[in-house]
Amino acid sequence: MSAFDELYQEIIMDHYRSPRGAAKLDHVPQAMAHENPTCGDSIKLEVVVGEGGRLERVRFDGHGCAISTASASLMTESLHGLSVADARERAGTFIKALRGEIPASVLDTMGDLAAFKGLASFPVRVKCATLAWHALLVSLPGA
Amino acid sequence: MDRITREKAQLIGARTVEDVRGDFPLLDRTVNGRPLAYLDNAATSQKPRLVLDAIRVYYEHGNANVHRALHTLGEEATAAYEEARGKVQRLLNARASREIIFTRGTTEAINLVASSWADANLSRGDVVLATEMEHHSNLVPWQIACARRGCTLRFIPVEEDGSLDIAEAERTWDPRTRLVAVTYVSNVLGTVNDVKAIAAMAHGRGAAVLVDGAQAVPHLRVDVQDIDCDFFAFSGHKVYGPMGIGALYGKEKILDAMPPWMGGGEMIRSVSLEGSTWNDLPWKFEAGTPNVEGAVGLSAAIDYLHAIGLASITTWEGELAAYARERLRGVSALTQYGAAPQRSGVLPFNLGDIHAHDVAQFLDREGIAVRAGHHCAQPLARKLGVVATVRASLSFYNTFSEIDRLVDALEGALRFYA
Repeated sequence: MSAFDELYQEIIMDHYRSPRGAAKLDHVPQAMAHENPTCGDSIKLEVVVGEGGRLERVRFDGHGCAISTASASLMTESLHGLSVADARERAGTFIKALRGEIPASVLDTMGDLAAFKGLASFPVRVKCATLAWHALLVSLPGA
Repeated sequence: MDRITREKAQLIGARTVEDVRGDFPLLDRTVNGRPLAYLDNAATSQKPRLVLDAIRVYYEHGNANVHRALHTLGEEATAAYEEARGKVQRLLNARASREIIFTRGTTEAINLVASSWADANLSRGDVVLATEMEHHSNLVPWQIACARRGCTLRFIPVEEDGSLDIAEAERTWDPRTRLVAVTYVSNVLGTVNDVKAIAAMAHGRGAAVLVDGAQAVPHLRVDVQDIDCDFFAFSGHKVYGPMGIGALYGKEKILDAMPPWMGGGEMIRSVSLEGSTWNDLPWKFEAGTPNVEGAVGLSAAIDYLHAIGLASITTWEGELAAYARERLRGVSALTQYGAAPQRSGVLPFNLGDIHAHDVAQFLDREGIAVRAGHHCAQPLARKLGVVATVRASLSFYNTFSEIDRLVDALEGALRFYA
């Protein structure tokens, strides 16, 4: 498989074509948006914490590239039911793994997020894949 | 004429494009198993062997520090460095080589003016007039200078077609305007601005003019005396020279009156512990050991540019750009940006709803190098109502078949992301 095909694999293309958790979030102030400095894309999140302090719903609003859209979509799915602290830790792990600060093999323990292992060959696209996760870190309660 | 006849009939000066491509070692390589089609020339150009050889020969034969060594190597290095300055002077048609200051590139040249000239000439309440199409390098230095000097930064608006609205600038002219900072050629839209008319407008109203020539020098004949600008900045690496070298042109009288920018060796006449006096132009603005390797490489690049011929370059690139715009019009769902009457070989576009990053990544798979993003001109991207665009940018070493490959790959991207 070429590096390109590894990056744009089926699961990523599926989440790009039909993103989960995508919504119009006009009630979230633009000041909460997170921006990718390389292309100017921005994303806003809505995080609903249910009783018991677990993430009940995460939705995103933003138009981006296939990688950032798929990452946001996969993120909304992967956070469901996590505690705020666990969600924060998951974001930290995902970002560190993509930046190469910890071995990418950790992504194998994160379900469908393992699809982002192919990103290692494309350092410029790391910002695309981590955009939603950076937005999450500022959108979680207590941030 | 169909493409093949055109390519055979069209010569760059006296040489075929295939022959000219042979001067550039890098153009030979493959990317992802396909021959490289390098269409990112507005970001940086590839280097002819002549430039690479000049740098190697300098280090193998003539390396020494300049302006201080009393030995043969030092004298030769100084001569090579100053010869490069003379070549830049003639390339821009400056009056004297004293008016050419070597910098790291366009950004540093503009920062020099936004620091030294701004401190001596801008007072609280003054206005600096830039344009909505400036590269961040001709925008951010003025934001910083205006904040420091208590000045206001205003903008000449960009019209729908990507031209500057000069009439609006005249109508709304602020009498406190001290400087107009304008790009010669837009790095996003390719618009070639009438910098001569803008200079006349500014001078008639008592303002100085700085022209960002980074996207102009590689593609058209520049004449700073004819434009009558006060400052002109460009980068060596976009004009087939090495990275890390560029130049600022300034009118002698203006440069003379400006305070030094950086302190250090070379820029002084005499130094005591209490204070110093400054060297003559241009060395007053060249503190420290300069980039002699870069100047020598730029010198060779200018020779190369003249050997190909700027008129031939403008003609060939114009033909290529016209062909590319016509072929891109035939791609369904593709939107091209900019329609100014005078444009360089910069081709900005988007492909339906597909994000520019995804388009560029797909093109890279096909061995085609383009740029995707806001191209360091975020305010203009916002004005166009797009976040990011794909940009193919041409050089004289590009071919009609490379444009055909671009179009084919874009059709492929449409299918892939559908």
